[in-house]
Amino acid sequence: MEPTDLNLTVTQREQCMVEAQVFGIYKHFSDLPSRAQTVMLELVRDKHIEYLTDGLQQLGSSFRVLDANRPWLCYWILHSLALLGEYVDDELENNAVDFLNRCQDPNGGYSGGPGQMPHLATTYAAVNALVTLGGQRSLSSINRDKLYTFLRRMKDPSGGFRMHEAGEIDVRACYTAISVASVLNILDQELVENVGNYILSCQTYEGGIAGEPGSEAHGGYTFCGLATMILIGQVHGLNITGLMNWVVFRQGVECGFQGRTNKLVDGCYSFWQGGVFSLIQRLRTVVNEQLVMMDDGKQDGSSRCTQIPVKSHASERKQDSEGTSSQYDESRWEQGGAPAGLPRSPDLINLSNIGLSFVEQHTENGPLFHSLALQQYILLCSQVLNGGFRDKPGKARDYYHTCYCLSGLSVCQYSCSKDLDSSPLPHALFGPYSNLVESVHPLYNIVLNRYHAAHDFFRGS
Amino acid sequence: MESEEGERIPLSQRPEWHDVTPVPQDDGPNPVVPIAYTDEFRETMDYFRAVYLADERSHRSLQLTSEAIRLNPGNYTVWHFRRLILETLGADLQKELDFVEDIAKDNSKNYQIWHHRRGLAEKLGTAATVTELEFTKKILSLDAKNYHAWSHRQWVLQALGGWEDELDYCHQLLKEDIFNNSAWNQRYFVITKSPLLGGLEAMRDSEVGYSIEAIVVNPENESPWRYLRGLFKDDPKSWIDDSRVSSLCLKILRAKSRCVFALSTLLELVCDGFRPSSEFKDAVVSLWNNSGSDSTDSSLAETICSVLGFLDPLRANYWTWRKSKLPAQTV
Ligand SMILES: [Zn+2]
Repeated sequence: MEPTDLNLTVTQREQCMVEAQVFGIYKHFSDLPSRAQTVMLELVRDKHIEYLTDGLQQLGSSFRVLDANRPWLCYWILHSLALLGEYVDDELENNAVDFLNRCQDPNGGYSGGPGQMPHLATTYAAVNALVTLGGQRSLSSINRDKLYTFLRRMKDPSGGFRMHEAGEIDVRACYTAISVASVLNILDQELVENVGNYILSCQTYEGGIAGEPGSEAHGGYTFCGLATMILIGQVHGLNITGLMNWVVFRQGVECGFQGRTNKLVDGCYSFWQGGVFSLIQRLRTVVNEQLVMMDDGKQDGSSRCTQIPVKSHASERKQDSEGTSSQYDESRWEQGGAPAGLPRSPDLINLSNIGLSFVEQHTENGPLFHSLALQQYILLCSQVLNGGFRDKPGKARDYYHTCYCLSGLSVCQYSCSKDLDSSPLPHALFGPYSNLVESVHPLYNIVLNRYHAAHDFFRGS
Repeated sequence: MESEEGERIPLSQRPEWHDVTPVPQDDGPNPVVPIAYTDEFRETMDYFRAVYLADERSHRSLQLTSEAIRLNPGNYTVWHFRRLILETLGADLQKELDFVEDIAKDNSKNYQIWHHRRGLAEKLGTAATVTELEFTKKILSLDAKNYHAWSHRQWVLQALGGWEDELDYCHQLLKEDIFNNSAWNQRYFVITKSPLLGGLEAMRDSEVGYSIEAIVVNPENESPWRYLRGLFKDDPKSWIDDSRVSSLCLKILRAKSRCVFALSTLLELVCDGFRPSSEFKDAVVSLWNNSGSDSTDSSLAETICSVLGFLDPLRANYWTWRKSKLPAQTV
């Protein structure tokens, strides 16, 4: 395929141009002596930290278009710093807590900036930023009672959530609402009611999840939809094998992920799609259940409605070191034995424990995507040597892509680990071991140790 | 608002604003992520906060929201307040559509614009059907994969109607770019949801033909392969019984042996209960032998997984996993 071929369609022409650029970078890399290659693969930590802390302290006037997204800027920057193992100094931490508190609405929720209306996406960003900062002052600044009432006000009778008062309903809104409620330990049946059916109606014929029923399967919404379904204990309702078949094909010859079929590669999908793999890796029991159901369905000629007995959640989870424990663990948050597609009896599910038990289980299986290839894309194509990350070569760096490229890098580095809280083996990393970043909780995209501290803080209350 | 020389007149110097005291942003003494606002931006938002807090739903407030939106179309609070003003004033919504279109020219990927547009169309009802279909068509002519535009278009069709030409529109876009997955998705939406077409089962036969035609021209195009599979969603029996699907796989494998989608589709067929004849086995085994490897696989499904692991190394882990999870009747 030559880019000059006039018979190519727009999709093919754009794809050819990106491939030429990416392969040019890989060719240049492979021609280098190995010492130079190692240098090129280095995560330029100091530059990233400089770019991030600069942004925390001052942004230029062109950022006015993000003036209603300032908690997002806080989260993108603070989470990126946390992934790099950095703690901000006391003064900056206090300033961040104080500023986010000015975004907190007296009636609950966080807005895009002081004086604006509360919004679910910025509420998610603010809560994740405060959890990332951690500590008594930061965590206790969140008015959970008011936040709960805000979430209830955003709940639509259909089951979905609105982004803000009279705002749009979509899968993002569901995820941000459920994620925040789960982290803060205020998730209950009223919030969960019918969310599952809404997400199910967004899974498309391709296998991925769309933003609204009827729309196209998309990486960002697929992550949000899948994570939501896990957090509410209804993931068995999704067609997971279909979802896997869709997401596995989103990694392309450029080594990175695209967001949708026949779209261009983009660094931010390193997390949205890569994160989906991290979630699926911990869904082995559900996946196996669905495979058995499909198999049975064919043999007796009926559709998928075979009832599979699942271990009762009443049994205690064993922390033994035998390989059998992981499968046992999983049954903790995949409760019940109802047929796929139907919500299981709500009283069987302990909503407050799902997030924690999800990351405590061991995974026996490796990732189903190509982790080293993705790291290669992130480091050689998305990383900007002056600090920060970008969508693809030729684009400018920004804080959003910095956050999600680093999050994706983390997902890759820990994708072969049994446990998210132990250090991965060197062969799991592309480039020097000094590239190692912190692991994240894949349901919330919060650095794992900061999540644990917050979970302890909110558990008792 | 501009002076005769085209220069912006500060709000503080406009007589109609003399009674309003601007409200500065409460950023605190040491804010993080502070933005170096221009004087124009800061002043506009200070006046906006004043009318927003006073809930002043006036013509001058409406004008002010226009200015604020031009400076930052992502400010959902300004949009929300603008909707309240429009409602209170009983403003001309057709004129408002023009305003949105003007803003959308440079910001067609912004959530607020599309949410606003949907609200307007909801109020206008079927009077807006044609304008909304034309508006999305215009946006899609610039970017045929604009996610928001497609969502809006689907909403218009479902809420207001206008399905008559939609299948033709999909066809036209696919003729321009057969790789446009958004157009394939829209096509699927139309054949499953249009009240004029009789639903998926009624459309399946002709759509199988349509997607197979596209696949034969470009077997490396994933979109029609997924569409074809989607046509048999929840109906594995018809899927394995429609000989056109299996023949397609065989035809592609014989002509273009490295086609991952032909192999993976054949794998789905076999896993769903399709019983392959020796022709299929010969075609796949010859691929395997060409790769120079010895096979210890005892079934066709296993061999397909092995071949895919070889031809499609990026997904080698996935094909190994698939091989380990093959349904009992295939091994
Ligand atoms: Zn991106």
